[in-house]
Amino acid sequence: MTDRPIIDIRHAAKSYGPLEVLKDISLQVQKGQIVAIIGPSGSGKSTLLRAINDLDPLTAGEVWLEDTQVNKALPTRQYEAHINSVRQNIGMVFQHFNLFPHLNVRENITLAPKMLKGISNEDADELAVEQLNKVGLLDRIDYYPSQLSGGQKQRVAIARALAMKPKVMLFDEATSALDPELVEEVNLVMKQLAEEHMTMIIVTHEMGFAQDVCDRVLFMDQGVVVEEGPPEVIFKNPANDRTKNFLRKHLKGQN
Amino acid sequence: MGLDFSVVPAFAGALLLGMVWTIAITVSAAVLSFFGGIVFAVIALYSPALIRYPFRLFAWLFMGTPLLLQLFLIYFGLIQIGVDLPAFVAGVIGLGLHFAVYNSDIIQSGILAVDKGQYEGARTLGLSRMQTLRKIIVPQAVRAVIPPIGNNMIALLKDSALVSVIGVAELTLTSQMAISRTFRPFEFYVTAAACYYVINLGLEAGLRRIERRIQLAR
Repeated sequence: MTDRPIIDIRHAAKSYGPLEVLKDISLQVQKGQIVAIIGPSGSGKSTLLRAINDLDPLTAGEVWLEDTQVNKALPTRQYEAHINSVRQNIGMVFQHFNLFPHLNVRENITLAPKMLKGISNEDADELAVEQLNKVGLLDRIDYYPSQLSGGQKQRVAIARALAMKPKVMLFDEATSALDPELVEEVNLVMKQLAEEHMTMIIVTHEMGFAQDVCDRVLFMDQGVVVEEGPPEVIFKNPANDRTKNFLRKHLKGQN
Repeated sequence: MGLDFSVVPAFAGALLLGMVWTIAITVSAAVLSFFGGIVFAVIALYSPALIRYPFRLFAWLFMGTPLLLQLFLIYFGLIQIGVDLPAFVAGVIGLGLHFAVYNSDIIQSGILAVDKGQYEGARTLGLSRMQTLRKIIVPQAVRAVIPPIGNNMIALLKDSALVSVIGVAELTLTSQMAISRTFRPFEFYVTAAACYYVINLGLEAGLRRIERRIQLAR
């Protein structure tokens, strides 16, 4: 059972009324794998990512984190306890950072570990130092988010997610809201995580990054996975016309 | 018969004590109205209908009827059902709840204005709904609405004069007592007005300081 997937999505479907956003998607991610999800906007890639920690609940299908079903049907109260403990294992990074503006960098990072894992103030401080070191922002530990650049905010957001020692990291267009010159510093942090064999699922518009860093690329369109495979194949030699079209537009835009 | 302010100094001690009571009742009621406002806002937004609807009736009662009447009801009315409150306590409860209802309205709008991403950011870390409200949403909402709440607190200070009618010896009642001894209403009412103005200046300075301190953390 060594190759049991860490994330296992089985026949995921989601619809808003008559609108089907996800149509019967299955995806297995092994420990240490880095998966990129690309596709035009409205293709359902963010929705799929947000279904993994049940932020956007599926209408049908199952999501498993190792041997725990994430979207288990439970009475409200039990579900709350269940999902809160599951989410501690799934780090998420958002397009708009979602740092807490009323807390400084240190407090942003230590809030959840202190509240949920009951660690002491000293241990929490040590954790903040360790995570900030990793993203190269130790000198900003006492700053407030409003005093940071976009790239720095996103690196703090990554540090905050990592402080919970998650098993998987989800990135929802982590660099889309950044000025072009700030994208690289965030990409570097993500590359570093990749080298440490963090399991990552990355929704991105950056084909270059997906090509460099990821083990697998999924191309989604209109709620289905149109094509998937290693980046060499998807980017150099896609089989599907929709993939070809999408990549032609996107790769052109990047040069 | 001209004006003669020389009668005032003899009552300086009493007036000062009156000021202290005014400040005490204002601060106590302000604290009650602030935290009460937060609790009411959370009830109004997040509690089940079974609690929410009776609460609305209660809120309407406090918003739709005169504060003076509420003070009478709490101080004189509640005795009949066995609740005999000291005048000061009755005054703090009346003023505090009245303004808590107004603060609750403001805080509700503050809560609704907090970006949805804040909620998602906290929940994905594993925080529960209540933890997210307590640590993330409410602190931000309150920071955003400090200015209008400050205005309410100034109104509260002025309305604290109403508790003179239930016998709290604050500034207004002290002035009236001085007047009944000297028959000099103009002098004492003007003096009381000046005293209220001074307290108001202090209150405004305090509010400005709070606003400055939270500026960074927005």
